[in-house]
Amino acid sequence: MNIIVCLKQVPDTETQISIAADGKSISTDNIKWVMNPYDEYAVEEALQIREKFGGEVTIVGVGPKRVTESIRTALAMGADKGILVDDQAIVGNDSLGTARVLTAVIKDLDYDIILCGKQGVDDDYGIVGSMLAEFLDIPQISIAVKLDISEDGSKVTVNREVEGGTFVIEAPLPALVTAQKGLNEPRYASLPGIMKAKKKPLDVKAIADLGLDAGSVGEAGAKIEIKEITLPKPRQAGKIVEGETPQEKAANLAKFLHEEAKIL
Amino acid sequence: MNIFLSDKNRLVQRIAHGFCEIEIQPIAGKIDKEAHFPWDVVKKMGELGYFGIQAPKSLGGAALDTVDYILIIEEISKSCAALGLCVAVHNSVALYPLLAFGSEEQKKKWAPQLTSGNKIGAFCLTEPNAGSDASGIESEAISKDRYYVINGSKAFVTNGGVAGIYLIFARTNPNNGNKGISVLIVERGTPGLIVGDLEELCGVRANPVSSVRLNDCEVPSQNLLGREGAGLSIGFAALDIGRIGIAAQAAGIARAALEEAIRYSKQRHQFGVPIAKHQALSMMIADMATKVDAARLMAYRAATLRDKGESFSQASAMAKLFSSEISSEVTDQALQIHGGYGYSKSYPVERYYRDARVTRIYEGTSEVHKMVIARGIMGN
Ligand SMILES: Cc1cc2nc3c(=O)[nH]c(=O)nc-3n(C[C@H](O)[C@H](O)[C@H](O)COP(=O)(O)OP(=O)(O)OC[C@H]3O[C@@H](n4cnc5c(N)ncnc54)[C@H](O)[C@@H]3O)c2cc1C
Repeated sequence: MNIIVCLKQVPDTETQISIAADGKSISTDNIKWVMNPYDEYAVEEALQIREKFGGEVTIVGVGPKRVTESIRTALAMGADKGILVDDQAIVGNDSLGTARVLTAVIKDLDYDIILCGKQGVDDDYGIVGSMLAEFLDIPQISIAVKLDISEDGSKVTVNREVEGGTFVIEAPLPALVTAQKGLNEPRYASLPGIMKAKKKPLDVKAIADLGLDAGSVGEAGAKIEIKEITLPKPRQAGKIVEGETPQEKAANLAKFLHEEAKIL
Repeated sequence: MNIFLSDKNRLVQRIAHGFCEIEIQPIAGKIDKEAHFPWDVVKKMGELGYFGIQAPKSLGGAALDTVDYILIIEEISKSCAALGLCVAVHNSVALYPLLAFGSEEQKKKWAPQLTSGNKIGAFCLTEPNAGSDASGIESEAISKDRYYVINGSKAFVTNGGVAGIYLIFARTNPNNGNKGISVLIVERGTPGLIVGDLEELCGVRANPVSSVRLNDCEVPSQNLLGREGAGLSIGFAALDIGRIGIAAQAAGIARAALEEAIRYSKQRHQFGVPIAKHQALSMMIADMATKVDAARLMAYRAATLRDKGESFSQASAMAKLFSSEISSEVTDQALQIHGGYGYSKSYPVERYYRDARVTRIYEGTSEVHKMVIARGIMGN
């Protein structure tokens, strides 16, 4: 069973985000980049599927050279090979552009299942997986918390949680599934795994290698434009309600909620 | 920092960092308070290769280089110095001598148990009457038929309470001074090997440092590591590498303290501004950051020299001396920046302060390091 995992690199949640001078992007100085956490579930699931059915796990990433670091992490976890598309033309990709690039890479590969994180934790659109499945014309099941592949490898059954219940959805393979937290417990890369990862193939491709028109991706091909990014308002300091007695404090609290906070 | 590190070094650093943040950082305060050795985490680390970092693959190791090794020790120690100590001592002064000086049979027998973390290693040189002057040890190993009978007393054995394999330094020849000392491999459970009570320590409290007594402890002659009489040179070779690890450990603790100090100084307001805005503190933080950087670079240099096969013992001694000294300074300043809260156990800086302190003592005190460095520069 050949498995493809789409991997995005995102700023570590520890990183303090600041907005760049253009007001439309984040400043990339001092950012620590990590594998998108939802993609870690996808990688882990892929490794578990391979352990059961055999085959190969291929990691596909789109972005600048630094993304190879996260692909290598996935290789150290146990994936077999990596492909990175790095090209000046993809700068400014929206989700559609990323999906187009991924489609161009994946359409010629031999795959049974494609796994993605349910969303990138940076811009949170959560649509690349769906777009990719549409372009490839294969079934898609999103936000999986459980995934089973039939013994004969012909279909996938996925649990998807909704308010107060669970959907159990089935699709024939090849299909695309996006991973939700809870799907599994991603393994840590082992130290011997790092030495093995060093020797695993990691191809870097350009747009031209994929036969893609540079005008269909990156800023040129984007269908949406970010107008502005703003930071959330800094949290206000707390307020201590004064009063001599509990009754007085309660009265002052009610007054505050009514007059200042305007909640009551 | 990155310009000195290969892509692989950085991958190692990131992977170790990720593991420590999730598995070690959250429990570090608690295991310090309770002086508890976290076997469950140690087991996981064993499975992931942390107990055979530089050992060859054929013996179950991860086959990484010395730079990788110290990056890992730095990351672990940044979360928990006591575990950093455990892993450092195990890999450098316990496992390394076996790999470098052991026979093929010895390696086959003991290395896989150590590299898997199933058995933790301990290095038993120091005695109640022999610390800085290791040549003064009094333990004896008398050769009898095909056995050695060991008697003596060892102090401050890192990992002592949990180790499965102890390297015991003892005199095989009472008349031969420095050349009369040998190393013997003694397994836990050998009759006559008595692990004493754990030390009540000021810092690195989650490490079960203990005394060890040897009471007519018999081990087969095959347990002699290297030649008879080579003990001290084996010990010193191991300590040369060990010291780079301690330099990295001290730098890791200092980094943790620096990060806490930066965080706290931005949050805490006095005189209407974050205390970071008071120049006295921002200058202090600039000094701290500079020292931490220099300490890390010195450790990386020593490790790189070793990986290149060049002589590194002077660089290793300098790195250990400098890093352990600045670690005390930086953790002290981080505590100062926290004011009264820094002196309270509700913040982690007091732990960093206690943990940093011992790096100036073990694997050779700062004073002894200065002696060694001076001798290297000026000759005897
Ligand atoms: C937590 C911990 C873990 C340890 N783990 C291990 C371990 O795993 N294995 C092991 O073998 N040992 C271990 N040690 C022992 C450690 O290496 C010794 O404590 C250290 O070498 C110093 O020896 P000492 O304590 O006997 O001090 P001493 O040698 O008595 O020194 C006392 C003071 O005198 C100074 N001094 C001594 N000689 C000179 C000199 N010639 N010139 C100037 N000053 C001098 C020293 O610098 C020090 O300030 C550990 C110690 C600690 C605290």
